[in-house]
Amino acid sequence: MTTALHSPAAAGSVLAGTAPAGTVLADTAPADAAPGPDAASPAPVTMAAALNRALAESLAADERVVVFGEDVATLGGVFRVTDGLAARFGPARVFDTPLAESGIVGTAIGMAMNGLVPVVEMQFDAFAYPAFEQVTSHLAKLRNRTRGRVSLPVVVRVPFGGGIGGVEHHSDSSEAYYAHTPGLRVVSPGTPADAYRLLRQSIECPDPVIFLEPKRRYWGKETVALTTDGPPIEQALIRRPGTNVTLIAYGGMVSTAVEAAEAAAGEGWDVEVVDLRSLSPLDEATLTESVRRTGRAVVVHEAQGFAGYGAEIAARLTEQCFYHLEAPVLRVTGLDIPYPPPYLEHFHLPSVDRILDAIASLEWE
Amino acid sequence: MTLLADTFPSASRQTAQPGDPGLAATPLRLIDADGHPGADPGRLELPPAPVLRELHRRMVLGRSFDVQATALAKQGRLAVYPSSRGQDACQVGAVLALRDQDWLFPTYRDSVAILTRGVDAPEALALLRGDWHCGYDPYQYRVAPHCTPLATSALHAVGFAHAATLKGEDLVALAMLGDGATSEGDTHEALNFAAVWKAPVVFLVQNNGYAISVPLAKQTAAPSLAAKGIGYGMPALLIDGNDAAAVYAAVRAGVERAASGAGPLLIEAVTYRAEPHTNADDDTRYRDRAEVAAWRARDPIARLAAYLSARGLLDEAGSAGLAEEAQRLAASVRERLSHDVSVDPGELFDHVYARPTAALRRQRAALLAEVADTEPGEDAR
Repeated sequence: MTTALHSPAAAGSVLAGTAPAGTVLADTAPADAAPGPDAASPAPVTMAAALNRALAESLAADERVVVFGEDVATLGGVFRVTDGLAARFGPARVFDTPLAESGIVGTAIGMAMNGLVPVVEMQFDAFAYPAFEQVTSHLAKLRNRTRGRVSLPVVVRVPFGGGIGGVEHHSDSSEAYYAHTPGLRVVSPGTPADAYRLLRQSIECPDPVIFLEPKRRYWGKETVALTTDGPPIEQALIRRPGTNVTLIAYGGMVSTAVEAAEAAAGEGWDVEVVDLRSLSPLDEATLTESVRRTGRAVVVHEAQGFAGYGAEIAARLTEQCFYHLEAPVLRVTGLDIPYPPPYLEHFHLPSVDRILDAIASLEWE
Repeated sequence: MTLLADTFPSASRQTAQPGDPGLAATPLRLIDADGHPGADPGRLELPPAPVLRELHRRMVLGRSFDVQATALAKQGRLAVYPSSRGQDACQVGAVLALRDQDWLFPTYRDSVAILTRGVDAPEALALLRGDWHCGYDPYQYRVAPHCTPLATSALHAVGFAHAATLKGEDLVALAMLGDGATSEGDTHEALNFAAVWKAPVVFLVQNNGYAISVPLAKQTAAPSLAAKGIGYGMPALLIDGNDAAAVYAAVRAGVERAASGAGPLLIEAVTYRAEPHTNADDDTRYRDRAEVAAWRARDPIARLAAYLSARGLLDEAGSAGLAEEAQRLAASVRERLSHDVSVDPGELFDHVYARPTAALRRQRAALLAEVADTEPGEDAR
């Protein structure tokens, strides 16, 4: 099902031609996934490089870990996240598979049943759909179907979301499909440091994890020391403290939300940004504590709004924080349309301006 | 090894061409429908007498179990039961050909295979009885949970077996499939991955002629299902699936070949589902009674019994003793499944994740409180 229409070289040229001016895409560059300096000392690192280091260190730390998928070995992945791993760890640990996503996840399930810890890559969000039955009917359920006797510590890495000028089927936000499925953990990092930490934690987690990598942030840099110390896998983080609005985001929208919060400060709104990190399970405690304190909430995601993940957040906040709310919980989401092509995707993606418009409508009188 | 591609023309990439009559070869058999030696000596290795007697014994026991389970389903003691009557030779022959360390990946119609592997009868029927789990510990019996979605477990078998290769374990996985499942994409992906990886897997397709109501002719245009091995670069065998000796020999050959590192084998066993799809099915809507009667006359158990009797390997006393053993098994199954099940709704939340999430703990408490509030005599469900 996969057509690798989106080679990094093509991505670069497409980006140059179509990236909306003024967005965070301005700092995108071809992935530099080469190992950086010592993880202990702060250094500029891209999310792709942080993920690469997490994979390398997991492979080194645990001989049960295997990494496989389409183009992950010789090529190093179309986004270069697995660059150099095959050469370092050999073909028994890191290998290319036939081009078949159900086969990749289905065999990962069998390998996990036999004691391995597979970390597999779905090349793009929309190309993960052929694996949907294996993910929802088996990966998510085998622990339950065996009364806990079979544990499937599988990580399914999915480059997800838009903003990179991809042609059709290369920019889906598919998190709601997975988050709706009991038995799966769904996580999405918003920063390089979190990408490293969450991937290490996901690989160590006994539950199957759908690991959604916001591909528009692969090449964004952060100067940071990569470490597994910090919040556990299922804890939300307050990225920016604030007092009168809670802005809730995850994955690629975290930095957009922070940008919007900074801009809102100029308008006199003190915005708190909560990065969910784990979509399932959801850290309701951090979320509701924040909203009870601020009294206002806006959820942001790239995915279509209808029956989207934000609807669950809005419902839970309404149920649990109703008497603290000054205004209805709002959502700023993608449009309810198939993901648009490169020329038009900026109309679809939540922007700083749309977030500010939502904040402005939150009953400030 | 004198089997496989070099002895089965339809599986040889060197010789098979479109239109090649070898693609529709007659199934290999060691014992024919009348209990006489089959026409293929040398292609499959006749199992020794003790194995033949054990094949017969386990088929008699399996049939008794299958008949009892069908009755329990009709009585409402099982939620549903897909009978494998008529496929007894596949169920028993394939499993007895496995070594202790090998793994069985069964489908929903393979309860007799699961029983034959040693799983306690009530455990083998837990899911079909109405529980949410498979009943048995897969690691205790080296039997994967029986799989209801078609063909998906074939990929699990391939992954399991390939992991064994990566870890240096001597282990073969037997993936059970049906003729309908061969139309599913996962069958294609499993055969392809196994062939590319040379994974130690034996694929056994029990071609029982129907996918519920849809006959094989509407399932495939291939001259045989075994012929599909050609496209994967995988040797294949087309065998008589009502000949327990042939099933045992073919699977054993596949196990030995896979264990040697030579890769997977595809076996198509031609057989027939003597009962409807399940107790909920009405097969008079799609099958001619004369066809069913003709296949029932080709009973795999009677065939092997005739062969054994003619050679002094089974006498009247032996048959009577076996009949008694089968009755005891059926009585035990009946007794152990003919009571109301006590359920613990709290356990529904316990194995969704390694540790229940906060949200699941809250739901669990709420459900248990609801159950506790239920008036005595009121149906808590």
